[in-house]
Amino acid sequence: MFQLASPKKSSGLGLFLRTINGRSYPRVVGMLREKTWLFFDIFLPLLSVVAFALMYKAIGAPQEYLGFVVIGGAMTSFWMNVLWAMSSQLYWEKETGNLPLYILSPASLMAILLGMAVGGLFSTLLRAVAIIILGSLIFNVTYVVSSLTQLLLVFFLCMGALYGLGMMTASIFLLLSREAWHIANLASEPIYLVSGMYFPVKNLGFWTGAFASAIPLTLGLDAMRQISFANGPLLGFLNVKVEIAILAALFIIYTLCSFFMIKHIERLAIREGRITENKR
Amino acid sequence: MKINESSLRTLKIAAWLSWQIESNWTDPFLFAVYSIIKPVSAAFIIVIMYSIITQGDFSSPTFAYLFLGNALYQYVPALLSGVSWSIIDDREHYRTLKFFFIAPISMTLFLFGRSLAKFLAATISVIITIFFGVIFFHLPIFPSQIQWGLLTFASILGILNMLFFGLFLAGVSMITVRHSYFIGEVVAAGLLVFTGALFPLDFLPVYLRVIGLSLPITYWLELMRRILIGHPLPGPNLMSSFSNNELITILVVTNAVFLVVGYLGFQKCSSIAQQKGFVDQTSEY
Repeated sequence: MFQLASPKKSSGLGLFLRTINGRSYPRVVGMLREKTWLFFDIFLPLLSVVAFALMYKAIGAPQEYLGFVVIGGAMTSFWMNVLWAMSSQLYWEKETGNLPLYILSPASLMAILLGMAVGGLFSTLLRAVAIIILGSLIFNVTYVVSSLTQLLLVFFLCMGALYGLGMMTASIFLLLSREAWHIANLASEPIYLVSGMYFPVKNLGFWTGAFASAIPLTLGLDAMRQISFANGPLLGFLNVKVEIAILAALFIIYTLCSFFMIKHIERLAIREGRITENKR
Repeated sequence: MKINESSLRTLKIAAWLSWQIESNWTDPFLFAVYSIIKPVSAAFIIVIMYSIITQGDFSSPTFAYLFLGNALYQYVPALLSGVSWSIIDDREHYRTLKFFFIAPISMTLFLFGRSLAKFLAATISVIITIFFGVIFFHLPIFPSQIQWGLLTFASILGILNMLFFGLFLAGVSMITVRHSYFIGEVVAAGLLVFTGALFPLDFLPVYLRVIGLSLPITYWLELMRRILIGHPLPGPNLMSSFSNNELITILVVTNAVFLVVGYLGFQKCSSIAQQKGFVDQTSEY
């Protein structure tokens, strides 16, 4: 007689961490197995950054604007990742039949979302770094970093708030059907416009900038530009310390909201039968 | 690829399907708003970038050049992704690609039909963007001076080219997994550098200009701009050295090459996908 090895069981924090690890694994390993992403995720988006930078060059923009485009292009990667690999992911999982399995499993949906965020953040970080390095080399961008600590703080707060927003919207998208796909599709160029991806958001005026500050990228980008370029503070929207405080608040608000919303909407979706709903 | 009654039916039904997929998730008004906001925002990004640097000198020919280039370029991502995304959508989302492959239909025409909704949305947004440009930024476009016959001919050539380019990307999608981003849109964003949509090719290093000069989209954009505003960008630049007739000839020749490469590339890739069992494979990450 042979004995089946009993699977290692986890609960509580152990299960939470194993779920994060388990959900981030396919994203990281998928990236390593599928080498074409190097071309589609790094080289081609870099070309779009080059196009905007060359447009600035063609109309005689000062050199730091080319750097603004490089940083904006790199940060675009994170927005795209949040949009397509976080927000609309639960909709996609529902359509492909994985979502009922997630709900049936003892794993927390919050941990699954965090796993998606960690895996996505890792792969996107590689892409963003590649865009910054290559873009800076191509356009000879000079960075004058006034405070590395502030720069890192802004980056991590921005990422925390951004992925918190992603988790929050993912729970809303759980209730949606095909609308989710179209809403995600819509949230690219209009967001690039209001968040100042390719130009200082200050140029849009105070109220538009204030409204756009709900998107963490707006203040994150503005603060990073102010810290990284010699003329950055002159073109900044708000004081960097104020922007850091707002980003920290957004991080806390979005993370807490995502926690409560996912719980509420998960219950709602189960009660209304939306988990297996398929409006193809 | 034979064109007969059956293939026209395929094209018609695929077009109807694409329209339903793209539009019936909401009411027509919201769909119209949705179709307009994205391209108009893209146009405004360019307008703001330009106005920051030039202090709002919208009367300059450079502004007309980049505004029209940006407006017309909306066709490129729409058609490239319209054709190529259908493969991922039907394979991994609707899971119907395998049925289309075993059905007695032309996949090429089916994919062209599937791009119709995006083509229509792009056409509406190109018209709206140009209309915005004329009304608010006084672009020098006068309907009485436009050569409508040439505009139609150039438009057909450009659309055909982008359809077959999209077909080639559809072939690539057959043998690659689902990326988080649309291959068509990403390739279109990349091509923005080489086609002179936002800046004259002269700003590219000499060895990169060759890529731009080998792409039909470059000549199509230049020709369309000239038809609309009546003249090339003033001053010495690479594309201004071509006459309209030269542009048309080059466009026809490069188009023919792209048609053959797109069609054969798709056939080759779909053959590989069928042999390796990729037609119904999904990527769940």
